[in-house]
Amino acid sequence: MTASAHSNHEDGHHGEGHGSFKSYMIGFVLSVVLTVIPFYLVMGDILGNAIWTVAIVFALGATQMIVHIYYFLHVTSQAEEGWLAMSIGFTVLLVVIVMTGSIWVMFNLQENMMPGHEQIEQIRSLP
Amino acid sequence: MAAADYSRWDPVFGKLGWDIFPLNEPVVVATFVGVAVGGTALLAALTYFRLWGYLWKEWFTSIDHKKIGIMYMVLAIVMLVRGFADALLMRIQQAWTASGGAGYLDAHHYDQIFTAHGMIMIFFVAMPFVTGLMNFVMPLQIGARDVAFPFLNNFSFWLTTSGAVLVMISLFVGEFATTGWLAYPPLSGIEFSPSVGVDYYIWALQIAGIGTTLSGINLVVTIVKVRAPGMTYMRMPVFCWTTLCTNILIVATFPILTATLALLTLDRYAGTHFFTNDLGGSPMMYVNLIWIWGHPEVYILTLPIFGVFSEVVPTFTGKRLFGYTSMVYATAVITILSYIVWLHHFFTMGAGADVNSFFGITTMVISIPTGAKIFNWLFTLYKGRIRFEVPMMWTIGFMLTFVIGGMTGVLLAVPPADFVLHNSLFLVAHFHNVIIGGVVFGIFAAMTYWFPKAFGFRLAPFWGKVSFWCWLIGFYLAFMPLYVLGLMGVTRRLSQFEDTIYAGYFFVALIGALFIAAGIGAFLLQIFVSIRDREALKDTTGDPWNGRTLEWSTSSPPPYYNFAFTPRVHQIDAWWHMKAEGFKRPLENFEPIHMPKYTSTGVILSGILTVMGFALVWHIWWLAAVTFIITIAYSIDHTFNYDRDYYVQPDEVAEIEGNRTKLLAAEGAAQ
Amino acid sequence: MSTESALTSEDFYVRETHHDDDGEHHHETGTMLGFWIYLMSDCLIFGTLFATYAVLGRNYAAGPSPADLFELDLILISTFLLLFSSITYGFSVLRMDMGDLKGTQIWLIITGLFGAGFLYMEVLEFSHLWHLGATPMASAFLSSFYTLVGTHGLHVLSGCIWLIVLLAQLQIHGLTHENKRRVMCLSMFWHFLDLIWIGVFSFVYLAGVLV
Repeated sequence: MTASAHSNHEDGHHGEGHGSFKSYMIGFVLSVVLTVIPFYLVMGDILGNAIWTVAIVFALGATQMIVHIYYFLHVTSQAEEGWLAMSIGFTVLLVVIVMTGSIWVMFNLQENMMPGHEQIEQIRSLP
Repeated sequence: MAAADYSRWDPVFGKLGWDIFPLNEPVVVATFVGVAVGGTALLAALTYFRLWGYLWKEWFTSIDHKKIGIMYMVLAIVMLVRGFADALLMRIQQAWTASGGAGYLDAHHYDQIFTAHGMIMIFFVAMPFVTGLMNFVMPLQIGARDVAFPFLNNFSFWLTTSGAVLVMISLFVGEFATTGWLAYPPLSGIEFSPSVGVDYYIWALQIAGIGTTLSGINLVVTIVKVRAPGMTYMRMPVFCWTTLCTNILIVATFPILTATLALLTLDRYAGTHFFTNDLGGSPMMYVNLIWIWGHPEVYILTLPIFGVFSEVVPTFTGKRLFGYTSMVYATAVITILSYIVWLHHFFTMGAGADVNSFFGITTMVISIPTGAKIFNWLFTLYKGRIRFEVPMMWTIGFMLTFVIGGMTGVLLAVPPADFVLHNSLFLVAHFHNVIIGGVVFGIFAAMTYWFPKAFGFRLAPFWGKVSFWCWLIGFYLAFMPLYVLGLMGVTRRLSQFEDTIYAGYFFVALIGALFIAAGIGAFLLQIFVSIRDREALKDTTGDPWNGRTLEWSTSSPPPYYNFAFTPRVHQIDAWWHMKAEGFKRPLENFEPIHMPKYTSTGVILSGILTVMGFALVWHIWWLAAVTFIITIAYSIDHTFNYDRDYYVQPDEVAEIEGNRTKLLAAEGAAQ
Repeated sequence: MSTESALTSEDFYVRETHHDDDGEHHHETGTMLGFWIYLMSDCLIFGTLFATYAVLGRNYAAGPSPADLFELDLILISTFLLLFSSITYGFSVLRMDMGDLKGTQIWLIITGLFGAGFLYMEVLEFSHLWHLGATPMASAFLSSFYTLVGTHGLHVLSGCIWLIVLLAQLQIHGLTHENKRRVMCLSMFWHFLDLIWIGVFSFVYLAGVLV
């Protein structure tokens, strides 16, 4: 059942380019598990603590993304002379910069330009 | 000023009406008459000399990277003239009004001019210039026969042209944005810009931006996949390295621009609340996002130029580039760092001291790798046998000017200083200093350097020197006064002045602009004179400057397949190495060459998309829908065409190569 | 590196004796990498939309919040539809590697049906919200929500259209070299969309209901 038994022209030089039945099934089962847990945690309100739940949801989401990248998209460090792995690493870095940067900048702005009532009172009461 | 009524809408004609032609603007009407007469003359000439078929078959539908590169350059030169005309209009207006006059442009028209000037110069002058250059030079330098996706390359070019066409249409049909070149909301929102100006801006950029992204993908894959055997990454010419990094930047930033503009579009067309003042929108989020694209864009423009100088300097000093490895690392470091400096464009927005200092420091850090490059070029010059040909003059002009621009940039990177200088003419002077002193000078160096490769004859040096001196003097006259004015507190984008104290400075700036006009004129004259004297300026060797990289190993202009045999590379400066080893061209036993076929799909699709853009600008929904469906259907139809390539037969190669052998022999006999 | 003092002219160019294989090979691998890089750029479009949602997603403008609107059980069904479509696409690729045209096509059709099911669920959700008055014009939160989720939906729609085109091309030309490459490109696209969906359901739906 393995793909490597057949000559696959597209990506001959990085071996098992299309995955095998086994690898797809491993990926699928892992994905199911990694999907069900976060939904279960949130829908059942199991932990009773929103912060922890969000943290776990994000951690599991990130894990599932890695599972997909490895088992479904077949990105390995060797594929395409490492360009696949490198470009996805670079993209992840940029997405992180764009997201955390925007959040940091915009909430910092919010805090400084839209002070809450208490802050205004604090400044008023300065000597 | 009877402004057109943009609130009207008709199911057939959308917002179109008879009052949309700016007949009340004498400047525009005069321009229109000029363009109409010139355009008709051009079309008539093309018809008279029966050039349409030739242009269509040999150029428009061409997927040869060299021809596409040249077409990009032509587009850029045409748009340079347009963008510069805008600049001259502004200089005249400001000199006039600063000396107490009323000026000849009303505020509404003036606002369109500075918006169009900025947007055109960045997107339709600087971008096509560097893209064209990378397209033409890079495949030759890596020993490739074409880019990885030749059809896509043609399509990208036409998409860029399509955007340029939309901007040009806005001059005569309706109006352009009055928002400044980045169209900040809420000003660019529907409430404060109800006309079609911003819509022209958006759709022109979206169409051109898709082209740029596709071209970025194309060139990255080309470098990764179609390098000649033996050309490892660390044997690539530095220009290829900067091309690689530039295109990685393009692929990784233009999507952000596309998404941001799409959100602005939704705000304008669908009534969403991303960047509005009410219902939770945040205009500053737009500023934040657009500069996440905007700052890397600056490096998209300058990195290829750094590559150009890294080719020009070694060639004209006869030495290997000093610090090749550090040059490569500096380029890579700039690529990454360019993503974490964006906030320095809006220090005054009101973020806290922590945010501002972080971005101030990263901005200063980025000047380190750039400085390292300057030193590398200087050390290459050191003890070299420098030939002061025209490209070298541009290079020296660049090094002096760019360093000044870089230093004023570091000044602006200090947040407290920026609070004083933000949006002042000091800033305007700074970015013109780096873009003219960097990008434009670099483009002229590159055009002079690679022109013989593209056309088989050199550019006449005399007019090149005239152009250089006019540009250099003109630049300093035009922009040094703006630094002073900025420090005096004059802000940008003003069409009227109360105080005549600025008159002298603006007058000097106007003189500078006129010098630059002379520089552009001299450049056009240089092309004309060179074409006239092409026999005398002929380059039969293919290597007119005693070059070092592979593009000089083939004939000028190169055959459409570039290399009869793919070169094999053994070290950096491959052609220099070949010459040193006494390389002799193979003269027989040619092999079939695998080449892509020309296709008209790119031109046609882009034409349809231009109509779609126009329909969207004017809210002609039925036309937008029809053209959209045709675009999709036509694209799908294109994927059913499996017959896209062919083999050039060995006897054809033998004939072309044989002609070159004869030319070279004649050259040898003449010497 | 520069020990080649005895290089002859023949060492500076390539005679391509088995040209056909080599030339094809180059082009094919280029397409896969090019498509991958396109996906990365698409990823940044989504990154921008996620960032917008992150910044504006709590600006309800006195309108409804995620907890009022989202129905997680339906989202769980959507998620599984997409997950099933991923594995069925995988099966299609495996059949293709075995040279089984019919099997490839059948699994592709199943994949497309799952995709269509996902789209149906999304349309259902959007129209439901719309009827509640939670339109994209109601608040910055809803603007960014519709745009992010809708953009993903549009991608799935394009994927479905592409799938139909690909089925036609497979029917006409069979499992040729070029068609196999196209199947692999769409495979990357499809799995990529599933990947983005993980971000959507974690970040928008699950976290939205909680915070």
